[in-house]
Amino acid sequence: MSEFLAALLDPSLPFIRYAFITGILASIPFGIIGTYVVVRRISYIAGAISHCILGGIGIGLYLQNAVGISWFTPLLGAVFVALLAAVVLSLVSMFAKQREDSVIGALWASGMGIGLLFLAKTPGYVDPMSYLFGNILLITRTDIFLVLALDVLVVGVIVLFYNVFLAVCFDDEFAGLRGIHTRWFYLVLLCLTALTIVLLVRVVGIVMVIALLTLPAAIAGNFASSIKQMMLLSMVLCCIFILSGLSTSYVLDLPSGPVIIVIAAGVYLTVVVGAKLLAHRST
Amino acid sequence: MREQAELAIDIEGVDFSYESRQILADVNLRIDANDSICIVGPNGGGKTTLVKLMIGLLIPDRGRIKIFGRKVEEGNRLIGYVPQYAEYDKQFPISVKEVVCMGRLGNSIFNRYSRSDWEKTMTALREVRLEEYADRPFAALSGGQRQRVLIARALAAGGKILILDEPTANIDQEAESHLFELLEMLNTRMTILMVTHDVGFASKFFKRIACVNRRVVIHPTSELTGELIKDMYGGDLRMIRHDHTCSEEGHHHE
Repeated sequence: MSEFLAALLDPSLPFIRYAFITGILASIPFGIIGTYVVVRRISYIAGAISHCILGGIGIGLYLQNAVGISWFTPLLGAVFVALLAAVVLSLVSMFAKQREDSVIGALWASGMGIGLLFLAKTPGYVDPMSYLFGNILLITRTDIFLVLALDVLVVGVIVLFYNVFLAVCFDDEFAGLRGIHTRWFYLVLLCLTALTIVLLVRVVGIVMVIALLTLPAAIAGNFASSIKQMMLLSMVLCCIFILSGLSTSYVLDLPSGPVIIVIAAGVYLTVVVGAKLLAHRST
Repeated sequence: MREQAELAIDIEGVDFSYESRQILADVNLRIDANDSICIVGPNGGGKTTLVKLMIGLLIPDRGRIKIFGRKVEEGNRLIGYVPQYAEYDKQFPISVKEVVCMGRLGNSIFNRYSRSDWEKTMTALREVRLEEYADRPFAALSGGQRQRVLIARALAAGGKILILDEPTANIDQEAESHLFELLEMLNTRMTILMVTHDVGFASKFFKRIACVNRRVVIHPTSELTGELIKDMYGGDLRMIRHDHTCSEEGHHHE
């Protein structure tokens, strides 16, 4: 552990500090959005958005390296595609209720397909692995400011409209009868989810995003009696998972994304099994 | 003009079809203020569709619906809608008073609750006799209690019409009689509509019965007989009345 602390303070290893700070700051939107994703049961939608992001990254890299449009960064592509996916998915939930899962599956796979095709046509070798499974070496100083901006956005919107989002998640039909524009709020929720996922991809990668978004909230759901509590608890859990994962992966020289996910999944399993056993014993 | 204003719900010549299948045809229904009507009919006959038209979740293909003389989009704020409690996620972390306070939504831009919103919430909970459960998790309540919480939410909204969808499904006999007492009390100041399968329950409390099977026919409850019920459900059906005892031969109607 002291090894890790030394690395954290080592001026020649700034990326570890960046990853550490990003992890702490990112836990805030992950905890909040993760809670909504879990209670509204839209983790498959979150999964589809995250896989679409590879399409955006691929387009960004291609435009930068093959076409020479230097301002169109992979991050910009990712944000654009994630928001587009959010809009498409909210339209689908409005107009194609029964077939929603098919559309989710189609977006999920085609987003990845498009991304890989663009990567294949991008000159030079691009390793898709770091996007798929995360790579803390990709985190830069700019990312810290981006995460800070997302913190302000997510916390601001959710604090202002807390009651509305609660009602939309619990019973959108009733909220609609009270004159709430539930479709707009659902779209806003999906867009915030999309932006959060784009940043989450930096930490754990596209494939494992759903786990880090939903596991802390799912664990918190076992203890929380309100949405507010669930959010706070999942923020704390998310922060613990990221930081312990980062330090463990450094000490044991393992990739950080998978270590973070394995720790989160281990705690989740323990809590779920523990809760079942306790319930069994008390009856 | 005054008579017009007394009508709680006025439906005139309404047709509705879903994916080219006609669900309701030429529905005419006039419901007075403080009336109590129970909506019965076979599954797929259009009961829920009728309710959803009244509250504005669906829009009729033809005809018009007025709520206290206003269009549905404005008038539906006067309707307290009580859906089936079974449709809710049992693990949703929410307290009883948070559920009830949702009835106060739609009164300001950000929908922050004021002190008076919370007071109205507690008044509504008192009315359904669940005030001591205000801080309990919604999920920890029994079926009958959850049903009453949803009624409280509709009351907190301050409407003049209460519409309940199958409130007697999945609740026990005792909870059902509690519900019945509550509705009787509320009926003194509110119009009550209830979708139900339980015709025995219906005959005890409701003034009129609306039979919905593509068309809507209204009967006074006193006309409720085996023949009528057979018509309503359009088939062979055995009715078991468990609300009172009667002789082997049944009743005699003069």
